[in-house]
Amino acid sequence: MNNSIALKSILNKEIQRFMRIWVQTLVPPAITISLYFVIFGSLIGSRIGEMGGFDYMSFIVPGLIMMSVITNSYSNVASSFFSAKWQRNVEEMLVAPVPNWVIVAGYVGGGMARGILVGLIVTLVSLLFVDIQIHNIWVIIATVSLTSATFALGGLINAIFAGSFDDISIIPTFILTPLTYLGGVFYSISLLPEFWQGVSQINPIVYMVNAFRYGFLGISDVSITTAFAVIGFFIITLFIIAMTLISKGIGLRS
Amino acid sequence: MTNALETYALKITSLAKTYKGGFQALKGIDLNVKQGDFFALLGPNGAGKSTTIGVITSLVNKTQGQVSVYGYDIDTDLEKAKSFIGLVPQEFNFNQFEPLVNILVNQAGYYGVDRKTALVRAEKYLKQLELWDKRNSAGRELSGGMKRRLMIARALMHEPKMLILDEPTAGVDIEIRRGMWEFLRELNEQGITIILTTHYLEEAETLCRNIAIINDGKIVENTSMKGLLSKLDIETFILDLSPYPNKITLNDISYRIIDDHTLEVDLQKSQNLNLVFSQLSAQNVEVLSMRNKSNRLEALFVNLISKKEAK
Repeated sequence: MNNSIALKSILNKEIQRFMRIWVQTLVPPAITISLYFVIFGSLIGSRIGEMGGFDYMSFIVPGLIMMSVITNSYSNVASSFFSAKWQRNVEEMLVAPVPNWVIVAGYVGGGMARGILVGLIVTLVSLLFVDIQIHNIWVIIATVSLTSATFALGGLINAIFAGSFDDISIIPTFILTPLTYLGGVFYSISLLPEFWQGVSQINPIVYMVNAFRYGFLGISDVSITTAFAVIGFFIITLFIIAMTLISKGIGLRS
Repeated sequence: MTNALETYALKITSLAKTYKGGFQALKGIDLNVKQGDFFALLGPNGAGKSTTIGVITSLVNKTQGQVSVYGYDIDTDLEKAKSFIGLVPQEFNFNQFEPLVNILVNQAGYYGVDRKTALVRAEKYLKQLELWDKRNSAGRELSGGMKRRLMIARALMHEPKMLILDEPTAGVDIEIRRGMWEFLRELNEQGITIILTTHYLEEAETLCRNIAIINDGKIVENTSMKGLLSKLDIETFILDLSPYPNKITLNDISYRIIDDHTLEVDLQKSQNLNLVFSQLSAQNVEVLSMRNKSNRLEALFVNLISKKEAK
């Protein structure tokens, strides 16, 4: 059995899916991000002045890109895998000799592809508003890849447990969005009182946004080594959880 | 590669399944299907047919028992066992928004078939099943019969050695159903083992060589179709008659007058058709044509199930 063909098939299917509905998947992040730039960057940002030694617009660009990557990686896998469960076409894979790791890797790869593609679109849109500088391209690539993989895994686990379409919107609305907004996208956590700085350090998105910002601007509120260790920990943990759930057939097999 | 010494396509031993909540769907069934067989699995709704198929294809976790496919145990060689099976499930379970060609090519990919080969096979099966014109349409645009044929094409994309069809002709009109029968017969002649569950007993009688009847999670009959039908003591014939002026009377024979030119007679094994012809001839009634009443299996099936329920 050639697992690479099976993996490619799942990846193709996933990419074809979000490209087929590009108006729903690729256009909205570009519009949302433009609004953020107009409101927070041009209108309000000009009155805020500098943050971390950079003008406010340049400061928020990495966080806004990362926010789009996180949201899209998560929602792509959550909605695609849940739809496959709901329409029962997930059975096409379950009856075939596809190893569980290939199913996980295929869906996560699909989520990463959408997250990174949206990240690129948002980056291109941001070029209309601000000059982007790059401090370390490898940190940017590593952070965006690992973060999108982390949230794609999260979306997969959400979809495995979900029993209705409502269940795949609860976590993004009540957990993901607050964590992202409080994850240092719009401000440096060094501006917070000491207590809230401590609280922010249990938010994994703080590490992702800061590592990503370091790649562009060379500044970060947290150590880059710690940031990659946190992201690595979440990837490994979520991968083990996803594999265990699929192997046991939770929500998939009776 | 198949296990060279294995003569069975499917071996099920003491298979039991209890769902969460305590419902016992299978109560220790044993079933063997030989390679190349055309096998019917019959039973009323809720008897355990779909659960059995679910366990074989790993969509349902068994509670106990052994299942092996072409000699490969699903507990120890699941991926190998799966590679022999093509499944046509009872409910439509393809992505309704995806074009037909993509559905087929992706499915082949899950079995390790490369895209180039998959495209050739997709064309072959879509043409054979008269879906080629719809190759770029989304699944939801197909009629019920087309959707069933699409699922057959999908199940064949990796060229399985065993095809399992769960109610494949449900809701399909007679003409298309007969076309599907012909297609399945050809597949079987090519050496593919076929296991079929159906509500149309005529379908099982027409196509299958061996049969198992499952009721209440147990196998109540497992024999050849011929052997099962030979258990029928009575055979029913339908006679088309010339118009007759007077009321027909037949002695020593059970019969029913259906209308003014159709008669149904039930003959016991010991009785001869000449007994009918001679009596009709004496009453100046001509027999224009005659045929066996189909669905003989239905009588036997009802009999077996009701016997079991009476116990």
